[in-house]
Amino acid sequence: MIAESGHYALVLALGLALIQSIVPLIGARLRDAALMNVARSAALAQLLFVGASFIALVMLHVNSDFSVANVYENSHSMKPLIYKITGVWGNHEGSMLLWVSILASFGGMVAAFGNNLPLSLRAHVLAVQAWIASAFYLFILVTSNPFLRIANPPIEGRDLNPVLQDIGLAVHPPMLYLGYVGFSISFSFAIAALMEGRIDAAWARWVRPWTLVAWIFLTLGIAMGSYWAYYELGWGGWWFWDPVENASLMPWLAGTALLHSALVMEKRNALKVWTILLSILTFSLSLLGTFLVRSGVITSVHAFATDPTRGVFILLILCLFIGGSLSLFAGRATSLKQGGLFAPISREGALVLNNLLLSVACAVVLFGTLYPLAMEALDFKMSVGAPFYNLTFVPLFALLLLAVPLGPMLAWKRGDLLGVTQRLLAAGVAALVVIAIVWAWTRGGSALAPLAIGLGVFVIGGAMTDLSERTGLFRLPFATTLHRARGLPRSAWGAAFAHAGLGIALIGIVCETTWNSEYIATMKQNDVAHVAGYDLKLDGLSQRQGPNFREMIAEFNVSRDGEKISVMTPSKRNFTTRGSSTTEAALLTRGASQLYVSLGDATADGAIAVRIYHKPLVLLIWWGPVLMAFGGMLSLSDRRLRVGAPKPARAKQRLQPAE
Amino acid sequence: MTLWFVFALMTVAAIFAVLLPLGRSGRAQNQGSEVAVYKDQLAEIERDLAAGLIAAPEAEAARVEISRRLLAAAGSEPASEPTSSLKWRRAAAVLALAGLPLIAISVYMPLGSPRLQDFPLAQRERGAGSGMALENLVVQVEQHLEKNPTDGRGWNVLAPVLVRLGRFDDAVRAYRNSLTYNGESSERRADLGEAIAAAAGGVVTAEAKTEFERAHGLNADDPKANYFLGLAAEQDGRKDDAANIWRALLAKAPADAPWRPLVQTSLARVGGGGATMPALSDETVAASKDMNEGDRNAMVRGMVERLATRLKQNGDDVEGWLRLVRAYLVMGDRDKAMGASTDARQAVANDAARLRQLNEGLKTLGLDG
Repeated sequence: MIAESGHYALVLALGLALIQSIVPLIGARLRDAALMNVARSAALAQLLFVGASFIALVMLHVNSDFSVANVYENSHSMKPLIYKITGVWGNHEGSMLLWVSILASFGGMVAAFGNNLPLSLRAHVLAVQAWIASAFYLFILVTSNPFLRIANPPIEGRDLNPVLQDIGLAVHPPMLYLGYVGFSISFSFAIAALMEGRIDAAWARWVRPWTLVAWIFLTLGIAMGSYWAYYELGWGGWWFWDPVENASLMPWLAGTALLHSALVMEKRNALKVWTILLSILTFSLSLLGTFLVRSGVITSVHAFATDPTRGVFILLILCLFIGGSLSLFAGRATSLKQGGLFAPISREGALVLNNLLLSVACAVVLFGTLYPLAMEALDFKMSVGAPFYNLTFVPLFALLLLAVPLGPMLAWKRGDLLGVTQRLLAAGVAALVVIAIVWAWTRGGSALAPLAIGLGVFVIGGAMTDLSERTGLFRLPFATTLHRARGLPRSAWGAAFAHAGLGIALIGIVCETTWNSEYIATMKQNDVAHVAGYDLKLDGLSQRQGPNFREMIAEFNVSRDGEKISVMTPSKRNFTTRGSSTTEAALLTRGASQLYVSLGDATADGAIAVRIYHKPLVLLIWWGPVLMAFGGMLSLSDRRLRVGAPKPARAKQRLQPAE
Repeated sequence: MTLWFVFALMTVAAIFAVLLPLGRSGRAQNQGSEVAVYKDQLAEIERDLAAGLIAAPEAEAARVEISRRLLAAAGSEPASEPTSSLKWRRAAAVLALAGLPLIAISVYMPLGSPRLQDFPLAQRERGAGSGMALENLVVQVEQHLEKNPTDGRGWNVLAPVLVRLGRFDDAVRAYRNSLTYNGESSERRADLGEAIAAAAGGVVTAEAKTEFERAHGLNADDPKANYFLGLAAEQDGRKDDAANIWRALLAKAPADAPWRPLVQTSLARVGGGGATMPALSDETVAASKDMNEGDRNAMVRGMVERLATRLKQNGDDVEGWLRLVRAYLVMGDRDKAMGASTDARQAVANDAARLRQLNEGLKTLGLDG
């Protein structure tokens, strides 16, 4: 009953999506309000049915109803409740259902909160959403149906991949999907604008919150995924330039560019065509990510589906949407009116530079992801790894970071680079001092590391300078400053936090990669390992029975200079149903640094292979993105309209066209 | 029925969602417009100016720019009033009323399984007494043994059940563990050999033969070891040896030994003569798996036919029906098994207790629904 109702609800959602993709468009053509409003109620009903379908699948998993093939294949009756729930999206079919549920909820939100949109724009946007939804409902129902049944239900399920039995699964995929799918809204808005042939500053105002929401979730999702890989895979690595990671990084880069170009469009009515293109590209990259993960072209922990029909189906969807939207763009872009003018040295100019660097960085990642795949198809085995990205992506980003503090301080329309540089002097000096101190302190590692840390400090200092400039800190009486700080748009605070987050993450990355120390050895009881000033004594090994696994726990006593600090208990879990094991690393946080212990294989004589890492300031890598997301939320909470007050011309200046 | 009622309700709700806006005729909609956005932006400038966030000349420049946009937007606002096209609205309504159920049914019917009930864990555990209980118990015993792998009695209990469930590889492992923790015995060796042979599809492999020889070494009169050593000889083509082994076995066997008929049949097969057709017992059917294809079919088919005829005359014998269905399944004839279970249901339809017994038995055989 639950299973079949859930299945039928999904089918009804498909029916509603099909109606929603046609009727509102006819309505918009005829200017019939009732027909256009069908989009709204259909989108809400679609949300209701997909939501019901998703809840049904969750209930089936919680009840361990193994008459449903998806539950049988990915669940186990002994699994703790939380993993029964998260296991719903820990597999291909269920995660696709989560994908469309999120898609439907974004559609529903546009329907519910889109009162400030012109009727025909809303109709168009929801119709485009429905196209995407229909394609994916069909994909799920035909190739990856989570509600298929087994006539003779087995007594026990096959359990979830042990690596995924972690709290990370509760957070990482939903966040990431909220990000991926959130960009479908800006895509729909872009297609709607192209179909209507009208685009202007107001459009950017309406798209802004949706892009921001998607960006916030994508940022958190990527950071969460990186932290999860860090503690779960047992190697202490947090970024591998794995194609799947790249698949999430590319929409993030494009989305970040979109966020900034939409800003120019909203405030100055410029960069319109480019913004539309970015909207299309961002979502296309999200779809590409979906394709890479699910088609079986790559093998990784993410690639649950290796069924070629699914790959072909997604490729078809991919071609349809990317090809269709880009041809529509090519056909209609020229008819869009050009917008405001600005000089090369101006806020707009800085944002164009930002977009340029981000797009090139994104293209580099795209190349690095697809080139090995193409080569593999031609029977050349090769991998593009960290060295490639160090040579290409890293310099681009360094350049970008160098420009980050300048941007927010330049005036709109025409800016004064010299003035801004003077105002950034403090931040620059701070950066130099830090470089000198780090250099003197360490004298080891890469010569680039102190410079990179200096760059991070410069970015943070720049964000702080921007805030103090705007509030008149140190320049005006304190009361005035406070007053101005309160009056400052929250989006300005948001931008400062997000930019500072970049600098913080950079410092974390540099410290972790340059000064991390590791100790790999086979240890016996009472052996002591010395790592970065800490002494770790192996107190002993013990066995324990978990709900659906058996684990071997090692106990380490951590002390520093003879003073006992803590006990760390890394473990190795054996999951009998799948016959596989996972390592549960133990983490000890000291400030922003971490000690990391993970276990290898035990030898016959009671010794065990141990990997111990000391990772200085590693947590900054994830605090940065969290700060960025916080900045995004501040900006999102700012319901005020944005005006880019252009600096009036003093002398005659030749203006550059916007695009 | 409830399921279809729920489906109908859901369909009605979906249709209603499409029809609702169509029914509302051209009332004034509150919708946003570009003009509103620009007006708000102008107000924003005043606020920023008052807060001292932007200077007066910049505010003036921004005001000029936005006013320009405002004029442009006001000019391009659609002049035509919203129309209402009755013809298209009707078409949309028809699409919802007819198209939606049509799409839903035509997509759902080939994919869904509306006749299958939910089968959550809680219900499975409650359903004791049926075949499910056995598998449940097996799972429980296995979980127990996973935690206490040295429990020899547990392995002893588990192994034969695994054989009956057809999980021969697991049974082999269980018998090995049983031997390890319970010590040597001819029965256990012979059982292990039987499980190995069953895992190999009835062929007495060299590995299995070693086990039977060990059992024979422990107890020269062990009937199972002797029977299978004979079978091994037969499979090797040494029919005379096989006949000798079996003849010796029969000579020593008590008159009421349940396996007598089986050995006699085997003896008859290799030309030892003097075999009488045994009644169809479970053991016979199971043991017949170990014979070669042609012999097995010939033997079993004859017996099965007789049983079928008997049941046609007297259909009250639930055990008999189940045996017949199982026999068909063992022979790999699923259609006949389904047919027989239908016949059985009809035969005992008037007796609720028998019918339940039959259904539970059929479920054990994996033939429910």
